[in-house]
Amino acid sequence: MASDSVLWFARHELRLALRESLAMLKAGRSGRSGRRGGLIVGLLLFTALMHLMAYGVVGRSDLAQAAPTKATLIVITASLALGWMLMLSQAIESVTRVFYTRADLDLIRSSPFALKTILSVRIAAVALMITAMALLIAVPFVDVLMLLGGPRWLTAYAMMAAIGISATAVAVAVTVALFRLCGPRRTRLVAQILSAIVGAGFVIALQVAAVISEGTLSRFVLLTSDSVAAITPEAGSLWWWPARAILGDSPALLALLAFSLVLLGATMALLSPRFGDNLTEALGRTIVVSAASRARPFRLGSPSRALRRKELLLLARDPWLVSQTLMQLMYLIPPGVMLWKTFDGGGDSALLLVPVLVMAAGQLAGGVAWLSISGEDAPDLIATAPLPPQRAIRAKIEVVLIVIGAATVPLLLPLAAMSPGAGLVGSVYVAVAAISSTAVQLWFRAQARRSQFRRRHVSSRVAIFAEAFSSIGWAATSALTLYAPLLAVIVGAMTLGVLALAWAISPQRT
Amino acid sequence: MLRAAMTAAAQLIQPPPALELRGLTKRFDRPVVDALDLSLASGEFYALLGPNGAGKTTTLRMIAGLTRPDAGAISIYGVDALADPVAAKQIIAWVSDEPMLYDKLTPLEYLEFIGGLWGVAPPICERAGRNLLTSLGLAPHWHERCEGFSKGMRQKVTLAGALVHEPRLIILDEPLTGLDAVSARHVKGLLRARVDAGCTVIMTTHILEVAERMADRIGVIAAGRLVAEGTLEELRQRSGEGGGSLEDMFVAMLASEPAAA
Repeated sequence: MASDSVLWFARHELRLALRESLAMLKAGRSGRSGRRGGLIVGLLLFTALMHLMAYGVVGRSDLAQAAPTKATLIVITASLALGWMLMLSQAIESVTRVFYTRADLDLIRSSPFALKTILSVRIAAVALMITAMALLIAVPFVDVLMLLGGPRWLTAYAMMAAIGISATAVAVAVTVALFRLCGPRRTRLVAQILSAIVGAGFVIALQVAAVISEGTLSRFVLLTSDSVAAITPEAGSLWWWPARAILGDSPALLALLAFSLVLLGATMALLSPRFGDNLTEALGRTIVVSAASRARPFRLGSPSRALRRKELLLLARDPWLVSQTLMQLMYLIPPGVMLWKTFDGGGDSALLLVPVLVMAAGQLAGGVAWLSISGEDAPDLIATAPLPPQRAIRAKIEVVLIVIGAATVPLLLPLAAMSPGAGLVGSVYVAVAAISSTAVQLWFRAQARRSQFRRRHVSSRVAIFAEAFSSIGWAATSALTLYAPLLAVIVGAMTLGVLALAWAISPQRT
Repeated sequence: MLRAAMTAAAQLIQPPPALELRGLTKRFDRPVVDALDLSLASGEFYALLGPNGAGKTTTLRMIAGLTRPDAGAISIYGVDALADPVAAKQIIAWVSDEPMLYDKLTPLEYLEFIGGLWGVAPPICERAGRNLLTSLGLAPHWHERCEGFSKGMRQKVTLAGALVHEPRLIILDEPLTGLDAVSARHVKGLLRARVDAGCTVIMTTHILEVAERMADRIGVIAAGRLVAEGTLEELRQRSGEGGGSLEDMFVAMLASEPAAA
């Protein structure tokens, strides 16, 4: 393939990637000029807000001025590692999506372009998008640091490129390895789960370490403690190069950038042919269900039961739900460890688990409700079945509550055993949060393909905000019910107000 | 009075029509179905032909209970479908050109689900389901998830789903879209067998040859109104072209119909 056609294809790739991200921002609306103005104002506001938030995080710390002490190096390295893990998680997601779900794969494979080159261009495009994403997240922080600490922080931008590029390279290697290990069909599911774990895992691991060593949920306390300083390598070690690079050490920065580029180049050269083979394998494979369900005869049941059974079966086979549930459960680990550590010290920390559990229940219920209510793949079939529409909806709502119950009861029971009050409050608010999220999904339901789940927030941003606010609101209310009942009444009323507002502007009402 | 009594007596002797539409009307931005009258006898195979946008699909969706008409009446084997939709849906099946499937279910699981929705006894449903899948050539794929299926296979699974609960009226909207010749023959054979067993079928199709070879009666619809109806022979005589194909007649008929233009 001539170099100009490589460039041409790269342009095509970037255009596709850019449009995908724009479509996310614009919530699926067409880009009329009036809307565009609103979008720009919204972005400016968002940028300002992000800068304020960044100032809140790094403004008061002595990161900006101080010469790098060991504690500074540790904090910066940990932040960079966290950033890198997040980008790796995003990159795994992007690589799997670009390679397995974009519909143009057959078109490209049938074209006279060399598949290997095309895949390399795709990998490069992913690296570029991931770098852009890293920059987008880092800009507010770097700006604030530059404002306080001078232009030496400018190199942080170049460091973001190194992060994006190396994360993409590793993501490609991980995806190819997954393909070898799990086979073509499972790769997507496993990659999704892995991406969730990688994204959240680092934070959670730090938190667990903080709980165990210092008895606190604060990661910062752990990182700046003497015990960590004692086990980390000497100041001259290679481990601190990323931190040094970001602090303005040009040789270190150049070395890291070069290393990332070589890594990406090597992945392209070595692994794109593998991808080609993998794709050929992946086409036309079919999934055969396990032998246990083969032998099973048809089961008896009412239409509602048939519907519930179908929904539960589909949910169990849903890759998103599996990875999402796993992630939610992971966030419960640190407070769980905390609870376990202070078990004999007193039941007070049991209260910590309640809001986290309520929040998780609300979020999970929103996703499951979308899948079963809006993500119905055969709406006409249900509409022509001999059962009243209300009964079909009721069966679907029941499924959401069953799933939430199954996910939270194993955690609520030990909680209730340790602290009956917390158990009761937790159970009540878990139910309230789940019902609220389900209600929001009902009010804003819009029929869509189940596979469109990733884009569900595009259909209604109001619904997403209402769902998030109600989950956070009920989590706060549950915590306050235990600590300050009077405040709980106020926050609870506010949460109800948010829900009422969402209902008032929902399309189902008009 | 006497007349009413005689009509009632006649209804007792004669079974009600399988499907009866009276003044069926639906407007979106323009009238899509315009005071349509239609009557199908039990055991009849009826094909609805018409150009794109003539109101065929909207008519069928109203019969299936998916779209509410603005005016008119729908009676299915004597059941008022607008007053008692659940009772009407119990005896009908709807098949559209867009397969109504779940990617993550196998064909057998799908049929079990449909059996549950329509309240078919599980052993009967299972036996009927296996027979249907076998006769549609899907036996080797019983335990595969539908996500890897071709369009034709998906359409066949949907059709099996429609037939598994033994409907008395089958409503098909372009059922042969995406099917290869062998599959289309399978489907046609199955439908014909159902009609021979007393089932009633109403279908739309773009493939005139299918209407010509399969339908007992053909209705031509344009701009939401029935412009011609009859057996193939009757339609031929009407258009005055003794030996012409259905396609020739169809084109001639629509050309002479100003509303269709």
